[in-house]
Amino acid sequence: MNVKKTIASIALAAGTSVISSVALAAETIKVGVLHSLSGTMAISETTLKDTVLMMVDEQNRKGGLLGKKLEAVVVDPASDWPLFAEKARELLTKEEVDVIFGCWTSVSRKSVLPVVEELNGLMFYPVQYEGEESSKNVFYTGASPNQQAIPAVDYLMSDLEVERWVLAGTDYVYPRTTNKILEAYLKAAGVAEEDIMISYTPFGHSDWQGIVSDIKKFGGAGKKTAVVSTINGDANVPFYKELGNQGVSSEDIPVVAFSVGEEELSGIDTGPLVGHLAAWNYFQGIDSEANEYFVEQWKEFIGDEKRVTNDPMEATYIGFNMWAKAVEKAGTTEVDAVEQAMIGIEFPNLTGGIAKMNKNHHLSKPVFIGEIQDDGQFEVVWETDGVVAGDAWSDFLPGSKDLIADWTAPIKCGNYNTKSKACSGQVQ
Amino acid sequence: MNALLHKLWSVAIVLLLLPTGSPLAQSESAGTSAGSVLQQLTEASLKRTGELIGQLEQTGGAEMRPLFEVMLAGELYFIKESKQIIAITKTERRTYIGRDVFGEATLGEFTSREIKKIRVNNRLRSQLRETLARIDLLHGSKSAQKQAVLAMLDDLNEQNMRLLTAAQQGGVDGEVARLIDLAAAMVQLRDSRVSEERLEAIGVMSGQLEPAVRNQLQRLVDDAQEQDLAVRAAAQKALDKISERIEFFGQLEQLFFGLSLGSVLLLAAIGLAITFGVMGVINMAHGEMIMLGAYTTYVIQQLFPGAIAYSLLIAVPAAFLVSGSVGVLIERGVIRHLQGRPLETLLATFGISLILQQAVRSIFSPLNMQVVTPNWMSGSLVINPVFSVTYNRLYILLFALAIFAALVVVLKKSSLGLNVRAVSQNRDMAKAMGVRTEMVDAMTFGLGSGIAGVAGVALSQLTNVGPNLGQSYIIDSFMVVVFGGVGNLLGTLVGGFSLGVANKFLEPSMGAVLANIIVLVGLILFIQKRPKGLFPQRGRAAE
Repeated sequence: MNVKKTIASIALAAGTSVISSVALAAETIKVGVLHSLSGTMAISETTLKDTVLMMVDEQNRKGGLLGKKLEAVVVDPASDWPLFAEKARELLTKEEVDVIFGCWTSVSRKSVLPVVEELNGLMFYPVQYEGEESSKNVFYTGASPNQQAIPAVDYLMSDLEVERWVLAGTDYVYPRTTNKILEAYLKAAGVAEEDIMISYTPFGHSDWQGIVSDIKKFGGAGKKTAVVSTINGDANVPFYKELGNQGVSSEDIPVVAFSVGEEELSGIDTGPLVGHLAAWNYFQGIDSEANEYFVEQWKEFIGDEKRVTNDPMEATYIGFNMWAKAVEKAGTTEVDAVEQAMIGIEFPNLTGGIAKMNKNHHLSKPVFIGEIQDDGQFEVVWETDGVVAGDAWSDFLPGSKDLIADWTAPIKCGNYNTKSKACSGQVQ
Repeated sequence: MNALLHKLWSVAIVLLLLPTGSPLAQSESAGTSAGSVLQQLTEASLKRTGELIGQLEQTGGAEMRPLFEVMLAGELYFIKESKQIIAITKTERRTYIGRDVFGEATLGEFTSREIKKIRVNNRLRSQLRETLARIDLLHGSKSAQKQAVLAMLDDLNEQNMRLLTAAQQGGVDGEVARLIDLAAAMVQLRDSRVSEERLEAIGVMSGQLEPAVRNQLQRLVDDAQEQDLAVRAAAQKALDKISERIEFFGQLEQLFFGLSLGSVLLLAAIGLAITFGVMGVINMAHGEMIMLGAYTTYVIQQLFPGAIAYSLLIAVPAAFLVSGSVGVLIERGVIRHLQGRPLETLLATFGISLILQQAVRSIFSPLNMQVVTPNWMSGSLVINPVFSVTYNRLYILLFALAIFAALVVVLKKSSLGLNVRAVSQNRDMAKAMGVRTEMVDAMTFGLGSGIAGVAGVALSQLTNVGPNLGQSYIIDSFMVVVFGGVGNLLGTLVGGFSLGVANKFLEPSMGAVLANIIVLVGLILFIQKRPKGLFPQRGRAAE
């Protein structure tokens, strides 16, 4: 670890000296990109780095912002959580970027959070997450649980008449919190304790035979059963394979996943996954002019016909465009002004309809349920009537029921208790 | 306009189907109506498609079976221009081969822009499965019949019962006859009000493992309205008997899972048992030898896309050679210079493991590679409704045992084995006797690495093939070898299987995460008590 730190600090020092010698950039607006380009998360996060670069490119072609060109500053936090905080500090103090787009895992966001709050930076976070957070300095453009997990359960309950539930997840903060919310939600809907099975597995789990056999037994009790999966990363491949091998088909026991998208499906054998479900705010296959343009633009930018688009990319796209609109509205890139200008900004979704930034720094977006097809794309089988407003604090957890986030005057608080009328956290 | 187009298409489809000798062409009147229904598939919503399938079953019956089957497999497309409905087989090279739905005739190659898929979703798939079950019950093969009856057990409505009775009269035997009798008993229990008849039905159902039987009995026992106490008592007794059998098979299944996990551990550790156990080299690059084997499988599959079924058989010797020669190179290049310096060997091999990982990242990609599972490795061997073993696990278990046996034979019977044992027991003495110890070292290390490569072929079927594959097995491998006793092959075998079984028996009550931890803690305590593992080496060779 020490060796790593030393190397990192040498690299940092070297980097800084290069930049200070260049020292121009007064006439550009700097956009920081804080996504891992190496390590385990690189597979997912590199795509988002490229998306931001594409957006910066596009904006510059339109003439930049406030008469200035945009300049992307890319750093590599290397899937190393403490390094995320160091790199964020570097972006804000050395590079003096005006905005950061970054993070994927919740733990990396939590590591960056105190830094952006201390230095009053501005960050856009584009990935679905467990909620229970709202910072003045962060805008959350991915889904919170009520924009992904809860609608998915509603769909299973109403359309597929599911009565028994398996909540399967990887053992870390996002699945644990999401499953806690779902469990409370299901119980509130009248599901009995014995009709809910919860199972956690380590990262990269590959021996699924016991768990799949349990799911099979659990589902053989004569009631329609579904699996709600927060299983993360490549552990999904052996999981679905084992389901297929043990003869569990998507008609018997459908699996609805929150971490399986087009990107995860590209390049794997989708055979055993066909018919299983995923819930997102965006699918590449959704027919709309804006989406078609976006997909084409992406393939051209990256120079590969086979590349796919996914939900966090759309979240980055919306976040970036909203920020650009807010900067124009505020007439400055100064953080406090942009932050206030952001609230209420609207921007069209790629899938149709309008996304809106709410007072709690979360988006209103539509929710889709898609069935996995053998080409790795999704067929939408259900969607919410309109947009769903992202909820920073879940209504289904005892600790957060009474909390709201509201960054407009007079409350200006990320965790305001509506009962005691007090703000218990960060105050502006 | 629409009506005209529609008519044209109907004519077109009939014409198109005519020369291929499809069943539609033979029964002209049914063909025309089925043809027009078929035509509507090209523009139907998912909901409408469901209705159309119903109509097709009505008009076409068994003749429509191929269509339903193709549709269920998601291979039903239509040509955008002519609206002709065809079946599509995708090739490895992302092209589409079209064939006639009702016949053998191939219609040539298509690009993805020329054709459009007729979409199906879960609801349609289960409808298609039910439809197929109804058709198969009267016309299908024995195994299809069995599947059909099983599917109907969950929904014993009048139509299904009529079909079952018809099938019975048509003459069935063995398993299918038993299932139909079972279905009849279930209906009798449900509908009859006569105690004797219901008791008789329970007698038939007692001890049967089909989930539908258990659910029905459970409902009956739980039903507060049920007045007939004798029936209820009998049902409870039947249920107890079923539960007892399920319990038994559950234990058996657990044991199999444990042995299967044990076989994976054994495979991962067996190469290390040689390099670490016999030679005493702490080889941190062992996991990467496994990874190289898995990548070899991938490369073989890329080289021979037409021979997926045999790819694993080719990959086994290939992986042995690849990993084995890399092992010899490592031994010659690095390890022999570090003899007797375990800490430096550890660091050097750790460095090698990083180099190999990065090499694979650069050559292939940081992404996981898609290794295809051959058909004979997919699916499961169904022994009864509550106990089945998956083929991939079964084969890998057998494979692990075979590798182990082969290795024991090599070490005990071959001259290489004799030399290996001699060198590991007393290097100087062996040298004095004229054994070329350097050569033997290289060969031993190559053998251990090669076996790790072979393990990689098997693991490529169970887990993701990526640069990190080896890392996830290195700890387990050391664990097994240390637990079993360093330098003892039998210890590795027993160690692997007992760790696997312990893990799987803990998993249901503890959860996967905690089970891992408990096994690890237990192992540490065990090593405290017996530092030399299960089967310590004795005699002079021990030190």
